[in-house]
This record gives sequence, structure tokens and C-alpha cells, in this order.
Amino acid sequence: MADVKTKASEEQMAYASVLNVGMWFGLFLLIVTFLVYLSGVLPTFVPIDDLPRYWGMRVHEFNVQLHAPTGWGWAALVGKGDYLNFIGIAILSGLTILCYMVILPILIRKKDKAYIVIAIVEILVLSLAASGLLKVGGH
Amino acid sequence: MVQRYWKIIILLLIVVTVLAMTNSAIASHEATPEMAAVAPVSATPWWVWPLALFIVTFILGILAVLGGVGGGVLFVPIVGGFFPFNIDFVRGAGLLVALAGALAAGPGLLKRNLASIRLALPVALIASSAAIVGAMIGLALKPDVVNTLLGATILFIVAIMAVAKKSDFPVVSKPDSLSQSLGIMGIYREESLGKDVEWNVHKTPQGLALFIVIGVMAGMFGLGAGWANVPVLNLLMGAPLKISVATSKFLLSITDTSAAWVYLNQGAVLPMIVVPSLVGIMLGSIVGVKILARAKPKAIKWMVIGLLLFAGSRSLLKGLGIWK
Repeated sequence: MADVKTKASEEQMAYASVLNVGMWFGLFLLIVTFLVYLSGVLPTFVPIDDLPRYWGMRVHEFNVQLHAPTGWGWAALVGKGDYLNFIGIAILSGLTILCYMVILPILIRKKDKAYIVIAIVEILVLSLAASGLLKVGGH
Repeated sequence: MVQRYWKIIILLLIVVTVLAMTNSAIASHEATPEMAAVAPVSATPWWVWPLALFIVTFILGILAVLGGVGGGVLFVPIVGGFFPFNIDFVRGAGLLVALAGALAAGPGLLKRNLASIRLALPVALIASSAAIVGAMIGLALKPDVVNTLLGATILFIVAIMAVAKKSDFPVVSKPDSLSQSLGIMGIYREESLGKDVEWNVHKTPQGLALFIVIGVMAGMFGLGAGWANVPVLNLLMGAPLKISVATSKFLLSITDTSAAWVYLNQGAVLPMIVVPSLVGIMLGSIVGVKILARAKPKAIKWMVIGLLLFAGSRSLLKGLGIWK
């Protein structure tokens, strides 16, 4: 039996549990949607045969040439095989925010002030990154 | 056991190949008028590249485990240097590859109390904020500049890997006041010694300052930053090696999340590059873990260093226009 001193804390275990479920779910979804994409069951935004014309371009050039969406614009295109994959990618990329939200009530209950602040600021930072509000200049 | 995984991998390769071939016949596409105006396609069929990517990343996944490095640090210079994809998409994929690896390893490391959430959270806040800045800088720079800086960084990493010593149990005679006030300390079970090991850290402000640089580089080049995290946590801050390696891996899941969103929101993520890479490197990692027990770590370490030296030189020379 593991010594209680060497056991992970409650918030650490909660974080691990959410991460475990979310990671496998996101990964499974990513692989399934990719197989749907490859199968050609759904129409694609960029025809697969034409991809080699575009994957050597800078992203800005790619977006301009194809009128590809930026920010959360992909969400309106999940009916296309290529953008369907973004659901799994977004789940994997958003999982950490969810994990922080899960441990926040535990930290509040423990009155762990420094880590409450750290967790809230981290949620804000990651949400800002995910929001699509940050713009990178063209080239 | 290893043979069983080979069977799975061969089966996957067959599935991908069959899907790729049937796709051409049944896919319905929406072409735009601009498509006629872009560069002509080479004679190589499109599916050759994702398939090659899958095979290469599978091998990288094995080498990454055996060489004790993250997948991202091998992925970006090698795929960026030898595949026809723009470095923007390679970096986006590199971040997602490193992120997926970290997400997969995180639960086990946290539950076994090897990754410390108390050590990771303050460091992650600094590194993830810096990674956003790094990603924005990286996407604004010209590809030649990115390749030159990436090559120089990879060669710097080679130097660190070749000379840096690691300390299993660094001596922390006096924990600093910041780490004490944040309660950054812990106890873990060291199975090799059959005893519990107590640990503290020192030089926390200096460590946090270095994580600004590490975060910027991770975001800028799409590299996982385990190569930098571990020396800072272990050699500077004095965390035991196992705690440093595990916390570094967990840390990547937070640092790379912020940078990955920037790449995703700019459109620098192509599923055709991301998914084969991600599956390849994860399967390779699983096989790598199985081989690890029988491998000679010193020989593998030098093989990985040689590979990075080659890939780093390629990026540098490509960026400088010497080897296009």
C-alpha cells in the first residue's frame, strides 16, 4: 500500500483523471475523422489531389489563395472532410483549459490562494490563445 | 510483444494505402477558380507524402523514446528539412505532435506523483504565456529566417545534449523563499532505492526567468521544450531527475497548448500532415518503450545527436540559402 505522504494530491488526481479521458476521446475522434476524410465520404474544402500545390505555401498565402478560414471560422466548415478533423484537434488543444477548470474548485476549497490565482490567470491566458483574438501580421 | 505491434503497423499502412487509392475515385471536391493559378503539382502522387511522413515519424517515435528526447525536437527539423511542406505547417504539426505525446503521458505521471502539479503550474504560466509570444513572432518571420534560427537552435541543443550532465538527486541545501511560499516540494517513492525521497527546489526566480526564453523558443519553432525544461528543473532548480523529466513532459501539455492555439487560429494546421505524424510518432513511442529494455542507451543517445546535427545543419544551410 502506497504511503500517504507519497500519494498525489487531490487536485493532481482530478487533473489526471480528466486528462486521461479527454486525451483518449480526442485522439479517437481525430483518427476516426481522418479516416472519414481519407475515405472521401464527405466533400473537402481543398481537394486532396490538389494539396501538394498548397502545402508548400506560407500559411498567409494559403489562406489568401483558398479563402481558408482563420480563428474559429473552421467550425462553420466541419461538414467538409478536412475541417472535420479540427474537432479532434480542438479537443486535444482545449483539454488543458478543462483540466484547470476542474481543479479550480478544489484549490478554492483548500484556500490555496497562490494557486487559485495561478489557475485563474492560466485559464485566461489559454482562453485568450484559443479565442482567435490574437492576430499575426501578413507577410 | 514487439512483433504484435509490427503487425498492427503493417495493417495500418495497408489501410492508409487502400484508402488513399480509393479516395481518388470517389471523393467529391469543391475546386475554386484560384486553384488553376497556383504552382503545378509534381508527378509524385499526394498520398506518398503522408505515407512517408507516417513511416518517418514512426521511426522518430522509436528514436525519441530511446534517445530520451521529445518527438517535436526531431520532427520539426527533419520534416521541415526533407519534406515539401512549408515550415509554417510543419511547426503547427510539431506542436500538436509534442502536445499529444505530453497529453498521453500526463495522467500516468501525475497519478504516480512523479510529475508535480505544484512545480508545474507556476512554471507553466510563465512558459505558456511566452509560447504565445513565440508563436506570433515565429509566424511573422520569413521562412529563411525561421530555418536559420531553427538550425542554430538545434545545433545548440546538440551541444547541450553532448555536454550536459544530469544529477539524479541534486543537493538543495536551502530552498528559496518563493518555492517555500508556493509549497513547491514533495515526496516520491524511488523504486530503484526502495525508499521515499523528499525533494525541494531552489533558485526559483532564476528558473522562472529562463522559462520565458524556453516558452518563446517552443512557440517560435514548434518544438517541444523537454531538452531545455529538464536541465533547468534538474540542474538549476535542483529537482530530482525523475521529477524533472516527468514534470517537464507534463509541462509540455500546457506550454504547447497555448502555442498550438495560435497556429490553429492562423490556419497553420493541415490534418494531412498532423494526423499521420501524430499516429506515427505515438505508435513509434509504444514500440520504443518495448525496445528500451534491450537497447544500449549510450549508442542511441549518440545516434540521436548525430541525427539532430544533420537535421540542424540542413535547416541552417537551407535558411542561409546554401542547401536549398
